[in-house]
Amino acid sequence: MSHLNNITIKIWRQSGPADSGRFESHLIDEISDEASFLELLDILNETLIESGLEAIAFDHDCREGICGTCSLMIDGRAHGPERGTATCQLHMRKFSSGDTIVVEPWRAKAFPIIKDLMVDRAPLDRIIESGGFITAETGGAPDANLIPIPKPVADASMDAAECIGCGACVAACPNGAANLFTGAKMSHLNLLPQGQAERFKRAEAMVETMDEYFGSCTNHGECEAACPKSISIDVIAMMNADYLKSKFKNRKSLSR
Amino acid sequence: MHPSSFGQMAQTISNERGRGPVSGTAVGKNGKRKPFLIDFYSTAVGKKYVMAITGIVGIGFVVGHMIGNLKAYLGVINHQGGRAYDVDVYGEYLRELLVPILPHGYFLWIMRLGLITAVLLHIHAAYSLTILNRKARPVKYQSARDYQIANFASRTMRYTGIIVVLFLFWHLADLTWGWFNPGFEQGAVYRNLDASLSRVPVALIYIVANIALGIHLFHGVWSLFQSMGWNNPRFNQWRRGLATGIATLIVVGNVSFPIMTLAGVIDYDATAVTQLEELSE
Amino acid sequence: MSINLDAKIPDGPMADKWNNYKAHEKLVNPSNKRKFKIIVVGTGLAGASAAATLAELGYGVDAFTFHDSPRRAHSIAAQGGINAAKNYKGDGDSVYRLFYDTVKGGDFRSREANVHRLAEVSVNIIDQMVAQGVPFAREYGGMLDNRSFGGAQVSRTFYARGQTGQQLLIGAYQQLARQIGLGNVNLYNRMELVDIVNIDGRCAGIVTRDLLTGEVSSHSAHAVVLATGGYGNAFYLSTNAMACNATAVWRAHRKGAAFANPCYTQIHPTCIPQADDFQSKLTLMSESLRNDGRVWVPKSADETRAAADIPEGERDYYLERIYPSFGNLAPRDVSSRAAKRAVDAGQGVGPLKNGVYLDFAEAIGRLGEDVIRERYGNLFEMYERITGENPYQVPMRIYPASHYTMGGLWVDYELMTTVPGLYCAGEANYSDHGANRLGASALMQGLADGYFVLPYTISNFLSGLLNKPIPDTGHEEFKKAETAASDRFKRFLSIGGTRSPDYFHRELGKIIWDNCGMERTQQGLEQALSEIPALYEEFKTDLRVTGDGESTNQTLEKAGRVEDFFELGMLMCRDALTREESCGGHFRAEHQEGDGEAKRDDENFAHVAAWEWSGDPMAPIRHQEELEYEVIQFQTRSYK
Repeated sequence: MSHLNNITIKIWRQSGPADSGRFESHLIDEISDEASFLELLDILNETLIESGLEAIAFDHDCREGICGTCSLMIDGRAHGPERGTATCQLHMRKFSSGDTIVVEPWRAKAFPIIKDLMVDRAPLDRIIESGGFITAETGGAPDANLIPIPKPVADASMDAAECIGCGACVAACPNGAANLFTGAKMSHLNLLPQGQAERFKRAEAMVETMDEYFGSCTNHGECEAACPKSISIDVIAMMNADYLKSKFKNRKSLSR
Repeated sequence: MHPSSFGQMAQTISNERGRGPVSGTAVGKNGKRKPFLIDFYSTAVGKKYVMAITGIVGIGFVVGHMIGNLKAYLGVINHQGGRAYDVDVYGEYLRELLVPILPHGYFLWIMRLGLITAVLLHIHAAYSLTILNRKARPVKYQSARDYQIANFASRTMRYTGIIVVLFLFWHLADLTWGWFNPGFEQGAVYRNLDASLSRVPVALIYIVANIALGIHLFHGVWSLFQSMGWNNPRFNQWRRGLATGIATLIVVGNVSFPIMTLAGVIDYDATAVTQLEELSE
Repeated sequence: MSINLDAKIPDGPMADKWNNYKAHEKLVNPSNKRKFKIIVVGTGLAGASAAATLAELGYGVDAFTFHDSPRRAHSIAAQGGINAAKNYKGDGDSVYRLFYDTVKGGDFRSREANVHRLAEVSVNIIDQMVAQGVPFAREYGGMLDNRSFGGAQVSRTFYARGQTGQQLLIGAYQQLARQIGLGNVNLYNRMELVDIVNIDGRCAGIVTRDLLTGEVSSHSAHAVVLATGGYGNAFYLSTNAMACNATAVWRAHRKGAAFANPCYTQIHPTCIPQADDFQSKLTLMSESLRNDGRVWVPKSADETRAAADIPEGERDYYLERIYPSFGNLAPRDVSSRAAKRAVDAGQGVGPLKNGVYLDFAEAIGRLGEDVIRERYGNLFEMYERITGENPYQVPMRIYPASHYTMGGLWVDYELMTTVPGLYCAGEANYSDHGANRLGASALMQGLADGYFVLPYTISNFLSGLLNKPIPDTGHEEFKKAETAASDRFKRFLSIGGTRSPDYFHRELGKIIWDNCGMERTQQGLEQALSEIPALYEEFKTDLRVTGDGESTNQTLEKAGRVEDFFELGMLMCRDALTREESCGGHFRAEHQEGDGEAKRDDENFAHVAAWEWSGDPMAPIRHQEELEYEVIQFQTRSYK
């Protein structure tokens, strides 16, 4: 175990949604390289509290990379410098003594800042509420093995389903688009036999809800690089294909 | 309770009256629909389809245009009992397409109108999406971004696009309308080409513009597969190669014309061909 | 409020009890369901599934989560899988066998009727989750795959890579999201429960604090369901998420809900050891690693060489030595205690000498690195990400950590606490796991409660309230509770001491871990019971909470949660002290066989200890629910 010295943290402080905010710098004399980045913030916060200052607000919870609560822009990258890793699993050994680390909240119109580094990611929930589900009310489900699902299909669905809903894709996208999130959530369900009944209704509803809040995809690929689960932008192509089809399929049915 | 427009959101940030619960967010979303095409075009994904489809039209045009122009290197041929530059004959042939089903020049105009529509749609979609994207992040990151995948091409699409459009006007004014072409002669493609590209500044404009076009295509060709939802593990790995290939082809082909003109390979010789007056006699 | 511990177990033979219950319970007519309002607190597996299902049935549901989104609950972190008695493998599984394994695994401290019902509905859970699109692992033929797990002789665990909890929670969340979208559920997010209100002898609603504005408000309903998770964070360091807390159940306890078996906490043997004093949480590595890894420590306490340089003869493969038949696959509690003994004897490894080796060198030599990568690649990556060490080259270091709490609010067969109208589901209740939970059973229980138990049992209570209005939140009981809650948070802000809530949490956690962790002694527990109140006094005078009470203030939130852990910690130690036996997750050093095995006392302790709040956290009142075993006979667990 070794230590890092003289780390400068340049961190965003903003007292509330209406405040304009500013950067604040803190010098950390010494930190173990075993510490996670969020533990560095814990230590900094404890120092702040004990000297009578308000702690830095930031979202975090499971600290094992699965809940998707943590959300920091570190040195210009969503979730920081390590690929395929959420902020909570980023460790100080990825930095060097003397570094200045710049920490910002995620920025998007759809993600207004609540306080300091905390943002509101509710529009991601709105997308799911509009169609990101399979209607299967409790109780009437047939036997689980009734419909065989080819392993490659189940695996592809699982690849998409790994999305943790952190919003890093939106944060990293130069356009503030949520296509990777929406594509992942849609592909998870649209690939499965169970998801076919509502496939095109889902595609239409989710894309159009996404459209109310987010920017558009220009296929930079930044989202895939920022995704802590490394979800492929293939899911965006699948979403696009299903959205186009939805416009024809839905017209065919006389449902509206 | 459901969000009606961009900017008014069922979000959880409190207002002065406190926060209410979230509920009914998907109710009443399937109201009256606009006609299919307008409905489809109203979403960002729909606009990207339009960009991709019009992009394909554009790619088809520039590839065809470049290949047609290569005829400039074929020099002079026998034509209708006289001698003519091959490329001039090709130009005339384009006007003759589908004659006698359509009168002379009509089909070319149909293609031109199609192309103009595609360009206008491409520009409109690009403009609307740019506005949308600007609005999607009204407050920029206050520190420098460290991009991982986004490359020069993908991040300069709107600039290379603008360069290409401006060049398009110059190109039409120069070689179609002849405004800036000394001694312009309608239909004398080879002559006009030489007259224009022999000027070093003009040659430079062509070179710069075509490099911009190549950069635009390098991202555009790859990107259109995503936008069109063409995704298949069998060909996904070829997409980048195809984009590089088309971009290189266009740049090499098109940049060769000003360079070869300056180098004297393309050099109009009035005596080598039977003049129009002679032919008409 | 007097404590009534009638479990209301239905009549009939064990296998028919649940059917009998369903046949005779009182129902609510579909058109009357909308007249009822139910509050569900917590949106993990149990909460989300309950809220969605109740809303589908037609009840008005208010769901509360302190997270930004219902999808964040810590159910999401479960790795291994979910058990179900499907017998898809044809290897002899049945409802009875799952029931039997769970009762035995729980060391005969759970209620037979509840466990049998759990085993019965386990099969419905898999059907339901598959219908909702959970991408469980499949075989090439397209059928569901199963793996085996500790404590069972059959393969009955369904899984979705190492992310089963995530996939199940996303399934339940999506179902809840649909109901939110349809307007059948009102979701209150970033809203924390701070009190429970009872009026006229039944639960009338809850008082919440808005985590964004600090606003304290009341919400009333005909029934309240708490699905707020376990209290493992009482230890400070645990595998729980940072925000996991006991506030909801503790506030309910203070308002009359009996707290059952708080000393039953589960320690998971394979976590990454603590790296420094500021470590905020521990990360679990799937137990499946023990299938190929060999656990060892150096024989000498003075060992300083790197693992690879220690010759075979100087290594102690202690699990293989002590438990030759189960070896490295000895159950969680057994292998955890063995690791503790090794570390306590100074044989620990790593910079802080606080772990034991889990060595894959032999398996890599035997199977090749590729096979190991295929089996455990993602776990090895995660280990390397956290520790910076490559487990293909150097042995992993592991140590046990608090992982799950079997104790919780006492509930009857209907999942109702001792407060009428107040229900408790999932890890939050004293559940079906007795003194020890088997792997892959937590997800099963959370979903069973939410999908297939509560929606049935709640109508039995609600039918009696037909056409009774929702209690008025203007009632003086609500106003009193609101004032008390506001005052409490103002008090934290005004203490103006020198230490952060985290400091107290850390110190408290150390006391509880050292004395009420893997191994407990009378002396240690008594010491804890004198240290905790002393630290609590210090907390009351030396706490420092900066910021204000009118905007987001995570320090203030934490202060409230830590205060509740203080009182709960006292109850945990008290319960451990009075339970003079060793069973499951509760190991009293005074009660062991000569060879260090747990010594259960079925004669005197085959009961649930249900504690009543007396107003003084140091003087709770103990009640007992005797456990009667009709079907399964007591026997000693042995893994030698």
